[in-house]
Amino acid sequence: MAVKVDRYKCGYCGACVTVCPADAIELVGVCLEIRESCNECGVCVNICPVGALELKNER
Amino acid sequence: MREERYDVVVVGAGPGGSIAARTAAESGLNVLLIEKNQEIGVPVRCAEGVSKRVGDFVRLPKECIATEAAGARIFSPDGTCVELSEKTTQRRLAEVGYVLERKLFDKYLARLAADSGVEVRVKTQAVSVLRNGSFVKGVVTKDAFGDTEIFADVVIAADGVESKIGRLAGLETRIKPADLEVCAQFYMTGVDVDEDFSEFYLGNSIAPGGYAWVFPKGERSANVGVGIEAARSKNGARALDYLKAFVRRKFPKGRVLGKIFGAVPVSGPIKSVADGIILVGDAARQADPLTGGGILNAIEAGRIAGEVVAEAFERKDFSKDSLREYEERCKELNESLMKMYKARLLVSRFSDKELNRLARSLEGVKFGELNARELLKELIKRNPRLLTSLAKLFLS
Repeated sequence: MAVKVDRYKCGYCGACVTVCPADAIELVGVCLEIRESCNECGVCVNICPVGALELKNER
Repeated sequence: MREERYDVVVVGAGPGGSIAARTAAESGLNVLLIEKNQEIGVPVRCAEGVSKRVGDFVRLPKECIATEAAGARIFSPDGTCVELSEKTTQRRLAEVGYVLERKLFDKYLARLAADSGVEVRVKTQAVSVLRNGSFVKGVVTKDAFGDTEIFADVVIAADGVESKIGRLAGLETRIKPADLEVCAQFYMTGVDVDEDFSEFYLGNSIAPGGYAWVFPKGERSANVGVGIEAARSKNGARALDYLKAFVRRKFPKGRVLGKIFGAVPVSGPIKSVADGIILVGDAARQADPLTGGGILNAIEAGRIAGEVVAEAFERKDFSKDSLREYEERCKELNESLMKMYKARLLVSRFSDKELNRLARSLEGVKFGELNARELLKELIKRNPRLLTSLAKLFLS
């Protein structure tokens, strides 16, 4: 499990970066990067204004 | 790794960062302003409304102003309209007087900074802070040329809602979803709007814990957006879902020319200085918790930050005790923001019925001064029982 970004939906607003308790998200220019420190808490998934983030199995 | 040395490095070329950089450079400091995006002002993450008081801080060139609103209309869920208008009061409108072109406005402010001697670097991301003990001594940047260590006596972090630099420096900048507004906005054309008015729509089915807005941008175009409390956002009920529903109802024939997403910190101000670092604007959570407006506060705080840093150089003291003068001079701003935060806690919990009742209580009122604070005062006067806790805040 890890948070995945749908780049076609992401509007690079930075909301997820702001609330992430694990400091696992970085907005590099307009590209969202999820780091390994993600603890899959799902806070970002709910607050995303466009639904660009998803918790899903890697396989 | 490449190494460079400046007196001050400012992270983020939004209004707060550019004004801070310019103010510091005007007192003779060697200042670097870095911006992670490749173009200053782009992408826009803002509804672009700002109080006309912005003119007290910078001269606004015409091309930076899309429209100048003479008033605001606030609609309760049942459509009851509260109108704040320059025309009826003969006073200057304080809240949302101009709708800006942020793409141009931000570039204009960065140009003022550059003209004052600030070195500007775009497409450059600050990825970590340099430290010496408890002191922040600069930042590490990444750009097309690789990594660079940029040493500076003071870092001014104006890096927006994410506020990463402050967090890297040990300040608690994370905010909980209840203290964040998440926003979706369409730049639309073919919409019939009254260009003289900014419109605000309240209601739990329109924008839970926030509001929808229509800010005219001229020629039948407008910024149409919705902000909701992040804690109330969930799958199927996100900011974008609410915006689509609002637009379907209000502007079914409009066309979308741009989509903009944003987040506004509404926690009220946080601790914003540490050894060698000052936070400015959204990074310091200086947006108005009730209205979400942040441009003017960022500019005001940016100027103060630049002045305080210049004075710190005279003292050669960059400790948090020395930089605390910044918080001292932001005190009036911060106190006002805390009041608005408490007001927000109350207002964002009103039912639609209560919102309707409040709006109706204002029928026929002519506002003396046109801003959110005066609106609250008038509401309190007319609804003393409903608003006891607000009254304690604003009438004392």
